[in-house]
Amino acid sequence: MTDEFRCSPGDWVEVEYVLLEPAERAAGLPEDTAAQPLRAWVKGFARAAGMIGDAIEVETMSGRVVGGHLSAISPGYTHTFGTPPTELAAIGRELRARIAEYRADAMDGEFVPSHVPGVAGPEAGE
Amino acid sequence: MATRYETVMARKGEIMKRALGMDYAEFERSPIAFDYEGMMSAHGYTLERIRGIQRSAGVGGTPLLELRNITDLVRSYAEPGYGARIFVKDEAANMAGSFKDRRASMSIHVAGEKGFAGVIAATSGNYGAAVASQAARAGLKCIICQETFDSRHVGQPEIVEKSRLCEAFGAEVVQMTVGPELFFHMLELLDATGYLSASLYSPFGVSGIESLGAELAEEMTALTGAPPTHVVCTHAGGGNTTGTARGLKRVGARTEIVSASVDLSGLHMASDTDFNRKSFTTGHTGFGVPFATWPDRADVPRNAARSLRYMDRYLTVSQGEVFYVTEALCKLEGLERGPSGNTAMAAAMSLARELPSDATVVVQETEYTGAGKHHWSQLAFARTQGVEVRCGDPAENVPGKAIVIPERPEQIRAQEADLGKLHRSYVRNALKHAGEGYQPTPEDLVFMAEDTNTSPATIEEMVAGLRAG
Repeated sequence: MTDEFRCSPGDWVEVEYVLLEPAERAAGLPEDTAAQPLRAWVKGFARAAGMIGDAIEVETMSGRVVGGHLSAISPGYTHTFGTPPTELAAIGRELRARIAEYRADAMDGEFVPSHVPGVAGPEAGE
Repeated sequence: MATRYETVMARKGEIMKRALGMDYAEFERSPIAFDYEGMMSAHGYTLERIRGIQRSAGVGGTPLLELRNITDLVRSYAEPGYGARIFVKDEAANMAGSFKDRRASMSIHVAGEKGFAGVIAATSGNYGAAVASQAARAGLKCIICQETFDSRHVGQPEIVEKSRLCEAFGAEVVQMTVGPELFFHMLELLDATGYLSASLYSPFGVSGIESLGAELAEEMTALTGAPPTHVVCTHAGGGNTTGTARGLKRVGARTEIVSASVDLSGLHMASDTDFNRKSFTTGHTGFGVPFATWPDRADVPRNAARSLRYMDRYLTVSQGEVFYVTEALCKLEGLERGPSGNTAMAAAMSLARELPSDATVVVQETEYTGAGKHHWSQLAFARTQGVEVRCGDPAENVPGKAIVIPERPEQIRAQEADLGKLHRSYVRNALKHAGEGYQPTPEDLVFMAEDTNTSPATIEEMVAGLRAG
């Protein structure tokens, strides 16, 4: 039986394990990193039933058997596009207006714009 | 008793020799010098052959777009007669969404040709997705080792998105907490599986980028009558600059090569607490400077990516400037891309302003964006990590503390890094790694001059200066 806390054999799950305890870590690490164990997570098909936190083995997509503590069942992704930051909101409107103004001046003969809408650009005829 | 870490690291040479698919020893000349061009051509693939391999792998031939609106925006505030034409090579159109497909396609081709059952790469970036995609197409197993989380199990959303994409392509992703021991675990996995090390820095991978330089020279010639006057490359480990510049040279283009990185000075790349305060996972000075000044810090005995050989200028831009330009690119050009290629875009806008209007500036890559990678997502995440986000003068941007979004495009001003300083730093590193008391030979001086695009006399002077302390 599978639910949020229990997996059945063959379920797609994630396990967590410690690769290196703090004392085993490389020399020369910044203190904040050196104080922590090096941990890892990998996903695979459960080889037995288990509860979250149980020691369990998974078979990964490459076919390796990896042991660890069951950390998630049907692990998914929840990262998002975020919300529109107010600091960026007006950029499009402002810059479009500036370009339109520049091109209007250019039409009066001041500068040569790279492209005037409605007028053939340098690649015309291709 | 030796720890697990020490035991594995002591076997590094033996494990890597089998896993790299080539023997680097034959190119060694001295504790400093090696035969770089010999190493780059030992695989025997010509540029034409590489392009053929990539065509059949679904890689390359991406659109080259002129950015007329961005160009006119820059001209609206440049001095009269200034404001170069700006173009972009839309590498996001590759199968896995970035130019890294060019590198990965070659590694996977080699793995298949040499009969490896699978490949392993250590990367938190687009390269993982590229390797996973190409491996899926070639029917090879794939393991990606990724530095994903801080010790609280919080993942930078851009990296989490890369995990997702690798897994979408059927790769096994080993997600780890912060630390350079990523490399140790990669060695363990290479040893246990017998797979090929699909290093970012192999001659195969870096040669794969030469097609990008060649394509953009040919396409610019078709469009404007000449190769670009300037190409801007987002710079991290150095492969992008190296491969692109080599490709341009191969087709005879005399283009100025400008590398660009986001300035992340002040943040420690191996720090658990700084990890989620960077907002940029690559294309930054935290990789760009150390890899330029000591390329052989990579996961191969000799790095094929040697950016100082090719870099004519090195520009840095602030985080806020890149986010501003990313938004501008969406709204003005209909290109929702980034974040990393847009580092070069920010530098290109600053550069184009200084150049005459008949100059041509190509930003040589874009990358896909999406949930997690999107600039809105990055800024929202930065806020949750205690980083201030505000509008103002981008000169006030402080990595890890304040992201300052420019108020006007005129404020986008890339900073020029001192190449001479980078060259000196390179020589210092070369001497340090050669061992105490090692006296560089004339051949070493020539090698270091080639590796920094300087002269043996300049190197000799730097050596003497460093020795004098």
